[in-house]
Amino acid sequence: MKVMIIGCGRVGSVLANRLDEAGHQVVVLDRNQHAFRRLSEKFSGERIVGNGLLDEFVRPTLGKKTDLLFAITDKDNINLTIAQRVKRNFKLDRVVAVVHDSILAGLYKELGLETVCPTDLVIKDLLQKI
Amino acid sequence: MYIIIVGAGKVGYHLGRLLMTQGHEVMLIEKDRAKVNLLSLDFHEAIMEGDGSTVEVLREAGTNRADVVVAATGNDEDNLVTCQITKLVFFKPRTIARVNNPRNEELFTGLGVDASVSGTKLINAIIEEQVKAGDMMIPLLTLKAGDVEIVEVVLSRASHIVKKKIKDLTLPSGSIFIAVIRGEEVIIPYGDTEFQPEDKVIALVKRTSEQALREML
Repeated sequence: MKVMIIGCGRVGSVLANRLDEAGHQVVVLDRNQHAFRRLSEKFSGERIVGNGLLDEFVRPTLGKKTDLLFAITDKDNINLTIAQRVKRNFKLDRVVAVVHDSILAGLYKELGLETVCPTDLVIKDLLQKI
Repeated sequence: MYIIIVGAGKVGYHLGRLLMTQGHEVMLIEKDRAKVNLLSLDFHEAIMEGDGSTVEVLREAGTNRADVVVAATGNDEDNLVTCQITKLVFFKPRTIARVNNPRNEELFTGLGVDASVSGTKLINAIIEEQVKAGDMMIPLLTLKAGDVEIVEVVLSRASHIVKKKIKDLTLPSGSIFIAVIRGEEVIIPYGDTEFQPEDKVIALVKRTSEQALREML
C-alpha cells in the first residue's frame, strides 16, 4: 500500500516506522525538519518538509494514486481541514483524521469523515481497568 | 441581531465595535487570556475567553440563539471548524468565515460555510475594478474633512480628454485642473493646454463631483 502520513510526532513517526517495516510505501510530511529524528535509521520511505494544508506540498504524493492518508498533527482543526481538503481535491481510497476532542470526533464522523479519537481510546482503556 | 465573533484580532475587534455601535448584541470569543483582559475594558460582558472552535465554548456563548457566527481568526482551519460545528450542532446561525488563504475559499463554501470573506480577494477585486476603469485616481490630499480632495490621474491612451484642449472641455462643476505633469515638466494648465497620454493630471475636486470627473478622464 502507498500511505501518506501528515505529522511526524510521537504517533505519526511510530506509525511510519511500522508501516515501512511491514513493506508499505510510506511518505511522511512535517513542517519541521527536526521532527524526522523520530524516524528509525532503517526508515526507507520519503520525508517531505512542508505545510500539509497547502496543495503544493501534498500534490507530488497525492497526485499519483495513494491508498491511505493519515492526518496526525497535534492540532485537531488542522487534521480535520487537511482530511476534508484532500478528500475533495485528490483521489484517495481512505482518509483518517486523528481528533483529540471527542465531541468533534463524533461530529465529523457523522459528516462521513473517518476519525480516531485518542481521548476516547484512553478512557475506554482506563475504564476496563476498574 | 445577536452576532458571535470568534477571534479578537484586528478584524474581530473592529468588526465587534462596529456592530455594537450599530446596536447589535455582540459576543467576542478569544483564546488568549491577555487579550481578553485587555479588551474587556472596552467590551465588558461582550467578550469571553475560550476556544471558539469547540462545541462547549460555542454553547456557553449562546450560539443556539445567535443569528450570525463570524469566524474571524487568522487560521483558516480554526475558522472552518467553527463554522462547520455551528451548522452541525446549532443549525440556526448563518456562518461567515474569514479566509486567509484565498485558495481555501472554494473549499469553505463547499463544506457548509454560508459566506466567506477573503481580504486578499477583496483588495484584488477593487484594484481590478480601478484598472478596468482605465485610470487610477489617487487621492493625494483630503481637505475640509473629506469634502474636497486633490487627486492624481495618469491619462491612459484611451482617455477621452487626450488630444483635447482644456477650453474645449466641459469640466464637471466642483472640479478644476491644478497642474499637468509631463515627464519632468510641470505645466500650469490654461485654455490652450492639450492633454497627451501619460500626462499626470492633478485636480482639485469636490467629493460629490469625483465620480463625474473619473468618468470624464
